[in-house]
Amino acid sequence: MKTGLIRSVAVTAIFGAATMGASTIVHADDLTLCWAAWDPANALVELSKEFEAQSGHKMSFEFVPWPNFADRMLNELNSGGKLCDLLIGDSQWIGGAAENGQYVKLNDFFDKEGITMDDFLPATVTGYAEWPKNSPNYYALPAYADVVGWTYRKDWFERPEIQKEFKEKYGRDLGVPASLEELQQIGEFFQGRQIDGKTVYGAAIYTERGSEGITMGVTNALYNYGFKYQDPANPYELEGFVNSDAAVAGLEYYKKLYETAAPPGASDAYMSANIDAYKSGQVAMQMNFAFIWPGVEADPNVGSGKSGYFANPAGPAGQFAQLGGQGISVVANSDSKDAALEYIKWFAQPEVQQKWWDVGGAPALKAVLEAPGFNDSQPFAKTFLDSMAIVKDFWAEPAYASLLLPMQERVHNYVIAGQGTAKEALDGLVKDWDEVFEDEGKK
Amino acid sequence: MYYEIPMSDSTLERVARATPIPIANKVRGLSDRAIAWIFVAPTIIILLAINIFPLLWTIYLSFTNYAVNRPNREVKYIGLRNYERILGDADTWVTMQATAHFLIWTIVFQVLIGFTLAYLINKKFRGNDLWTTIIVLPMMLSPAVVGNFWTFLYQPQIGLFNYVVAFLTGADPSSFSMIGNVELAPWSIVIVDTWMWTPFVMLICLAGLRSIPDSIYEAAECDRASKWRQFWTITVPMVLPFLMLAVLFRGIENFKMFDLVVQLTGGGPGNITTLSSIDLKREAFEKWRTGFASAYAVILFVTVFGLASIYVKALNRVKQR
Amino acid sequence: MSFSVTEPSQRQKWFAGALVIGYALITILPLLWIVATGFKSSPDSIAYPPKIVFQPTVEGYVNLFTTQTRLSEAAKAEPRDDLPWYENLVRNKGNTIVGSSRYSERFFNSVIIGFGSTFFAIVLGTAAAYAFSRFKVPLKDDLLFFILSTRMMPPIAVAIPIFLMFRNLGLSDTHAGMILLYTAVNLSLSVWLINGFIDEIPIEYEEAALIDGYTRFQAFYKVVLPQALTGIASTAIFCLIFAWNEYAFAVLLTSGSAQTAPPFIPTIIGVGGQDWPAVAAGATIFLVPVMVFTILLRKHLLRGITFGAVRK
Repeated sequence: MKTGLIRSVAVTAIFGAATMGASTIVHADDLTLCWAAWDPANALVELSKEFEAQSGHKMSFEFVPWPNFADRMLNELNSGGKLCDLLIGDSQWIGGAAENGQYVKLNDFFDKEGITMDDFLPATVTGYAEWPKNSPNYYALPAYADVVGWTYRKDWFERPEIQKEFKEKYGRDLGVPASLEELQQIGEFFQGRQIDGKTVYGAAIYTERGSEGITMGVTNALYNYGFKYQDPANPYELEGFVNSDAAVAGLEYYKKLYETAAPPGASDAYMSANIDAYKSGQVAMQMNFAFIWPGVEADPNVGSGKSGYFANPAGPAGQFAQLGGQGISVVANSDSKDAALEYIKWFAQPEVQQKWWDVGGAPALKAVLEAPGFNDSQPFAKTFLDSMAIVKDFWAEPAYASLLLPMQERVHNYVIAGQGTAKEALDGLVKDWDEVFEDEGKK
Repeated sequence: MYYEIPMSDSTLERVARATPIPIANKVRGLSDRAIAWIFVAPTIIILLAINIFPLLWTIYLSFTNYAVNRPNREVKYIGLRNYERILGDADTWVTMQATAHFLIWTIVFQVLIGFTLAYLINKKFRGNDLWTTIIVLPMMLSPAVVGNFWTFLYQPQIGLFNYVVAFLTGADPSSFSMIGNVELAPWSIVIVDTWMWTPFVMLICLAGLRSIPDSIYEAAECDRASKWRQFWTITVPMVLPFLMLAVLFRGIENFKMFDLVVQLTGGGPGNITTLSSIDLKREAFEKWRTGFASAYAVILFVTVFGLASIYVKALNRVKQR
Repeated sequence: MSFSVTEPSQRQKWFAGALVIGYALITILPLLWIVATGFKSSPDSIAYPPKIVFQPTVEGYVNLFTTQTRLSEAAKAEPRDDLPWYENLVRNKGNTIVGSSRYSERFFNSVIIGFGSTFFAIVLGTAAAYAFSRFKVPLKDDLLFFILSTRMMPPIAVAIPIFLMFRNLGLSDTHAGMILLYTAVNLSLSVWLINGFIDEIPIEYEEAALIDGYTRFQAFYKVVLPQALTGIASTAIFCLIFAWNEYAFAVLLTSGSAQTAPPFIPTIIGVGGQDWPAVAAGATIFLVPVMVFTILLRKHLLRGITFGAVRK
């Protein structure tokens, strides 16, 4: 701890004035919670003050922005680091972390403390806590429920002149789209339009290349057009499911949406880029995870009634939405596992979960989400619940990263860079994924 | 390899003069040989531990299917399978092409602009020192931080770059996206690298220009050689070894290029700007295919070493001319 | 005034000066933009079209050093006039400070690792360079070449085993590990540069000292070191700048406790979306020391960047 001491002295001495008394120095007994750097994380800092006061443990936080989050945290787990005691890791990591013993299995702890997964939304339990999927083996407690949904400029949609023009063009009223096709039309309608003297665009969508962005976006189209990860009857059989005609149509749809409705230059956009585009008044709609909604409501430009929300619209093959969100896990390498479990016990309490919603978090506890009056508690509350009911997630296999990266590359190459056809992209993806599953010995 | 370069004087000669035997014998205390070893050993040990040992380990790993993130999986010896896969994969060649494009064009621009600037600065106008220092600044900064900030400058709606171009050409600033467009993205990284590293070439060229004695020009003047002829028969040949040295440095550095480009484009759109180092990092530390990535690393290392050796041979030939 | 055929005419000078100054102004523009953005408010920084004239604010710097969250409606309504200026600044945007950010820690990691590795690289490098310059070291040219060739390796190529080594030795994400690594990388530079500087010191000084009864060590630190000091100092600054700017190893081998600023600055993020003024503020604080060093170093710059291959 010598360097720690030197550093703390230096930090305190020189930046004492700027750091406003809040100490971030790590002691051996302290808990470090790792998560993505985003609004909900800051809300969690606020919420956790209550835990600090009650338990006497001191909380430190390590927040990493989304584009680097998986990279950094998987590196941390694989390098056997001791940085994190608690990790709110992304849903897809659970397979690898469980199989490699990087997360503590929580079944005994849940039994002892009387925490039951029946109290949480089933989709979040499957998505965030279980490995293997659909088996009662838990490696996390659902911490933050999240799903891709849409935000739109209600104030623009309601303008009579815009409504009139839209009706003339498409023969229906301008409103929340009932299908993905309608959504594309609305996007195209707004694309390049002059509103209040500024050129605006249709829809900010996910196109990011480096981490998981475009995959988290394109799946919302793929699922609804009929893409499936594998043969339901024959696991790891991909041919004809990943690259079915329906899936090809879904991918082509996403490219069309990108070309006709996305703002120019939005070729590498993920959560924060879309927030920027929307808040600065560039776009009529944005695709984004639900976590942004409290921030939209609070925004001086687009908040307080100017924005509306809707769940990912249906496609020809049904209505689904990409699952986001995370469970909270105890890192097996941690030296303070007991204190970390104490935190989870505290966090699982219904009162804390209710407060979590109030400060801008998104709990998965049924007691909060199904409480009377929940739908009216926030303008986006109902859309959030509707969306959580239709979620699907990406592979959560231990080889998750090897599966995600080729998808990022193939999809980005087709949708953004315009290389090859949709069929070629998905055929290529089948080839890449087959190779991964062969390496894994699953095929 | 560098010690054959013309500008450094032969270290061997200096040392031969450096240790007069009779004096060395008179010295009290430790023998010179002991001191030499005490002084050199730590450096050699550290470099062996941090460079050679890892390199050997990389070569060993390249023949296995080892994966860092799968500690429970049996490590198997798989022969040349990793190498076959990499060399047989079309994507490898796409990244090699991207690397070559980046390498060639950055060198072309940096040599042209760098030499021109050096030539102009050598006119010794008033205040040339101050302006030279200003031009040199970008080169010394952190490429990752600079690359990150350039994504902001390249933003079509809000970025400075697009507005400057729009101002100069009259085009609509949001009509093009340097990073997002497939045609422009490879140039976006060339532009930033040129911005950062032209001063490097410039400084070396300047040293070359200043090394030419005035007497040569004076003699040419007496022979009534035109300025144009003087430029091609005196200036260019005399600066060429310096210029080739600059190209060698830039070539090696840009073959290794990682930080600037990964921050700037992340390898996108698609894999248009995925340079070899970026691809390697993805395989090694995102997909965690350790064995596969090790083979990739070996291939890259052999390539850069091979190209540099060929180049140094050429450089020495120029020097001897 | 004497006439010289090599002295450019006034018109040529004027023309050359205009072109160079034009280039310098363009090249400095992105740097000025970074500094300026640090003093913009968040909406001004992403204004569309970009703003050249703006109301300066230190919001970016406050955001850089703090973590914030949104104020609840209840807290917003409650009037407060007992708050320090920075809290008021944040409150005006509907946020509240919940703690310090990790920027200052990252900055100090950069300082510790930068100075630590520079120190070792210089001490070891000076010793080795002295030996190479003054003694008959067997296989000397091969060793010198080997030392230099280590710099040619792409960092990513040796990163895999270093990652494994550090994991097994518990060096991952530690100051000691990063200092060791950067020392190794900088050794090639320090040995080569200092070797050149010592070569330039006439050996006769030392001979005289040895005849006067000095030991080799005494001759080394009483005669050679003082003479080589300027060269060593400029070498040290080059080592420091390398360690200061390094990104690839830092991003792979550090996460929380020993992370340096370069991998951290691009990940600075505010409440809702990328906070460009804070990023720019972080970048400014980080880049300015190097700019100052560059100006101090300008005489030795060329030698430093070419490993001593070009001496002016």
